[in-house]
Amino acid sequence: MPAVGNSVARKDGIGKATGSAQYADDITFPGMIFGRTIRSTIARGRVRSIRFDFETAGFTIVDYRDVIGRNSVDLIEKDQPFLVESEVRHMAEPILLLAHEDRERLNAARVEIEYETETPLFDPEHSTEVFKKIGIAKGDAAAALAGADLVVEGTYRTGHQEHVYIEPNGVIAVPEEVEGRKGVAIFGSVQCPFYVIKALRCLFGSHPPIRVIQTETGGGFGGKEEYPSMIAGHAALLALKSGRPVKIIYDRTEDMVATTKRHPSIVRHRTGVMRDGRIVAMDIDVLMDGGAYVTLSPVVLSRGCIHAAGPYRCDNVSIRGRTVFTNTPPNGAFRGFGAPQTEFAVEVHMERIAEALGMDSVELRRLNALRPGDTTATGQTLREDTSALMVLEEAVRRTDFTRRREQYKGTNRGLGLALFYHGAGFTGSGELSLKSRARLELTPAGVRIATGSTEIGQGTRTTHAQIVSDALGIPYEDVEVAQPDTARVADSGPTVASRTCMVVGKILEKCAHEMKERLNGSSPAEHYAKHGAFSVEQMYEPPDWIKWDDAAYRGDAYATYGWGCDVAEIEVDRDTYEVRPLKLTAVQEFGRPIHPALAQGQIEGGTAQGLGYALLERVVMRDGAMANSQLTNYVIPTTLDMPELDVVMMENQYPGGPFGAKGLGELPMDGPAPAVVNALRHLGLDVREIPATPELIASCTALA
Amino acid sequence: MNLVLNGVSTDVEAHPMARLLDVLREECGLTGTKEGCGEGECGACTVLINGEPVCSCLIPLAQVEKAEVVTIEGLGDDHPLQHLFMNEVGAQCGICTPGMIMAAVALGPAPTLDDVKIALAGNLCRCTGYSAIYRAVLKWRGMPVASAGGAQ
Amino acid sequence: MRTAISGLEVRSAASLNEALTILRDDERTPIAGATDLYVALNFGTLEPRRFLDIWAVNELRDISMNGRTLVMGALATYTSLIRSPLVARHLPMLVEASRQIGGPQIQNRGTLGGNVANGSPAGDSLPVLAAADAVVVLRSAAAERRVPITSFYTGYRATVMRPDELIVAIEVAPVDGKQWFRKVGTRAAQAISKIVVAGVRTRAPRIAFGSVAATVVRVPETERKLAAGGSIDEAVSVLSREIKPIDDVRSTAEYRLRVATNLLRRFWAETG
Repeated sequence: MPAVGNSVARKDGIGKATGSAQYADDITFPGMIFGRTIRSTIARGRVRSIRFDFETAGFTIVDYRDVIGRNSVDLIEKDQPFLVESEVRHMAEPILLLAHEDRERLNAARVEIEYETETPLFDPEHSTEVFKKIGIAKGDAAAALAGADLVVEGTYRTGHQEHVYIEPNGVIAVPEEVEGRKGVAIFGSVQCPFYVIKALRCLFGSHPPIRVIQTETGGGFGGKEEYPSMIAGHAALLALKSGRPVKIIYDRTEDMVATTKRHPSIVRHRTGVMRDGRIVAMDIDVLMDGGAYVTLSPVVLSRGCIHAAGPYRCDNVSIRGRTVFTNTPPNGAFRGFGAPQTEFAVEVHMERIAEALGMDSVELRRLNALRPGDTTATGQTLREDTSALMVLEEAVRRTDFTRRREQYKGTNRGLGLALFYHGAGFTGSGELSLKSRARLELTPAGVRIATGSTEIGQGTRTTHAQIVSDALGIPYEDVEVAQPDTARVADSGPTVASRTCMVVGKILEKCAHEMKERLNGSSPAEHYAKHGAFSVEQMYEPPDWIKWDDAAYRGDAYATYGWGCDVAEIEVDRDTYEVRPLKLTAVQEFGRPIHPALAQGQIEGGTAQGLGYALLERVVMRDGAMANSQLTNYVIPTTLDMPELDVVMMENQYPGGPFGAKGLGELPMDGPAPAVVNALRHLGLDVREIPATPELIASCTALA
Repeated sequence: MNLVLNGVSTDVEAHPMARLLDVLREECGLTGTKEGCGEGECGACTVLINGEPVCSCLIPLAQVEKAEVVTIEGLGDDHPLQHLFMNEVGAQCGICTPGMIMAAVALGPAPTLDDVKIALAGNLCRCTGYSAIYRAVLKWRGMPVASAGGAQ
Repeated sequence: MRTAISGLEVRSAASLNEALTILRDDERTPIAGATDLYVALNFGTLEPRRFLDIWAVNELRDISMNGRTLVMGALATYTSLIRSPLVARHLPMLVEASRQIGGPQIQNRGTLGGNVANGSPAGDSLPVLAAADAVVVLRSAAAERRVPITSFYTGYRATVMRPDELIVAIEVAPVDGKQWFRKVGTRAAQAISKIVVAGVRTRAPRIAFGSVAATVVRVPETERKLAAGGSIDEAVSVLSREIKPIDDVRSTAEYRLRVATNLLRRFWAETG
């Protein structure tokens, strides 16, 4: 029986369910001490003086002067310091680090910091400091707008979203000697161990040997993509100065206040349509609040802009995006990475276009949906693995959408739909520049996968092993997966962008094919016994047909796309304006499901996060910091908040993916919010922002 | 002080106001019980005290004198619910899983889907959307899972 | 940020007598279910450092009848209230409220006496007790006294309790009318209320709100209007002036006021 396509036993073993799986805070080292971050209490200004109001004996204290390399987190830019030197740009910005072996003394240490404060900028619409501008142009949108029968305008807003991985950020930095040189090993909850390596090499200069080992990670969702470089750098600084292992685990409040969140957005649409429903022009303006430092904002903006026109064909498109500075903690990667924001906007806008035309919104989508052979906003010609119509028709059929929408008129129940897509893998030439590698090693009993791809709950260990097992033709049980330790595994690129199964899985497939040739009919055990170990390493080769112009932002943005259509059925309480989701039907096409149960888990989990984004999750900012930074006050869905989920997995294989697989991790995130808001529209509620809280809905209703 | 920990009479030395969660993880070396929030909101720290699921991050050690405390380790490593959580993908990243299992294990013999949802309403999961957790728990009790959704 | 445990001190009492004797001689803060304790300590909103753990005082757990009066021991947990046939029969709105407090873990530990003593403006049992005109039974080593819940609070989290007293029971005389309860939380479970209402429909209706003031409140002017035969529209108008909710991280004054009036109408319509 092949492994691929079956819900085989997972490579994680049973440790997660017995409590034996080792997360960062479960691990201790001899002589380990604890670290704490002293953070700014102003949003903008300068540090004037620092005074220690505690007995400093026994403490390790680190500030920016302890940095031997460069005090910047090396990501896209190098603008963000590990530790404030003088200028403070956001609340909770790290200024100092303390370490001590007694946690009570550590937490009791009072540090008095005097600041010169300046007036902070919190409103992105008033910010003039632009991190990145993007322009996507196709045809002549201005002319086409002028010639349209009708122009529909609208502005749509999305707020911050906090990841709420149930395991907060945490790392342990352990000094170690490598070949006589003093180095450090970082054990931690990370999605991208090699990102941390890159950041620490800049922080320390190349000199100390550094390795990063991923511990069992309790959720990431992008919140542990780039942020861990910061906490790892802090722990490493303390470890190297004290000579002791240093553990830093954030408590929930610190994690929520200080670490990255989803970029808030304001998206303006002006769409030209003809009376028959054809969309002839799309003019879109995208503004994203990047926070105080660049981090990943340019790429979030990029993906957001590329998806901003939705899964629709249109010959004349102008998308202008910018991401700007504000004096708030920097925003960063979060599942979907810009697309949930812009696809929310376009799908609600489509509903309004249908209303303006007096046309059925399913019919409007049907008419304009991308089909194989159509070109996207960046001019990419879509191929056979394009499934917009397939998912739309299935969702409409399965939910009896048209008839039931009619039936619900005049009740307090609404039915809404959203059509969406999500490019898998890095944008454009991204996969090419990553130069991702994977390695397969022969072992006495089978093979070992050695990549930097991390298991964060999505099933990396399992799906990679399934692919290798079938590609190599050996039993699934004989494939083991190495724990990501940067000193021991190949750099397969970050575990992000819905690429881990599709892209890294493909490299592993190539490795397996090469190994199969070299084994030449022997089993791994036979070969190992006779010839000993060997390993095979391959690099990712994007499909040769991909052409992308980074300067003009034109061409093949992604090798393939996943497609989805969500239908949300909701009920609004007439007295309290609370929205009760009754059922959510998620039809998603993502090529071949390598492990059906894991794939379903991605859809169900991503849908839950999308529902939270739509209805519950509101970050309240006060004075530039999150005021509701407890799980009591920032609420994610509980069991009782979740509706019935009806998941349909459809398949339209991507030939370039391993066994026809496409990326899936982020796709489910793009649909729930517009589906829910479109259900509210169906009830006559003109909601154009999320979260659609009861307070917002109350203000949308006719005055009582 | 003395408590019955996972069926064994155990002497523990710690401050009486120490959180039970910390005593379990540190003094007792049982790191299966997790801290997700420290406010009693996420349920990752759930243990049984005298058969009842509680948040161990809210319990002062003084209150478990002579009590029967069961943690995830008390279920061993071969409990059917543990296998079901892995096989049904009720556990993805796994950090909520010990607490989720301890809340579920207190369920009666024939729970409906609603019973399961209510029993787990104090346990947050960010990965699964809960459906697979319902499937795992209902299967454990031999109850029908059709209403808990299934893939096409 | 985690409070230093080493600075805290606790004694445990095994009986009511023992507890009261300790309190007579020593200033300590009683703790029972402790569902708010560490949260308050870590937030810096709880000053006290010396505690009296009364969790083991089992004599305070009983739920019983004294003639026609329902007597609920201060240490009755929400779980025991939910399961009690006596509460189900005599004060079903308390069962409803208890079901919506936290989740099972909180219900297994949180106590009625704790909810009353803690005095949060958002305490979900409090509007129920206020609408039912419950009586708080307080005891010290020297004496016992009874205080109507409607006179129990003097301000934000401030009560008439003396340092040497414990709540031993909550008493509810027969409730002569349909009971009604509604909590609007931030989500469906594990939620702090944005607004919470309890009502008893009689010729002289009793209506209480939580999360609209510094304490739980009855709305006597609104009640009087309804008792005098005023229309629901008139009552809504009175209510709009009688309560003054605020904005906070969870909700807005405008929403709270609007929903309060909607729920008043709903209460009136459903119990009519």
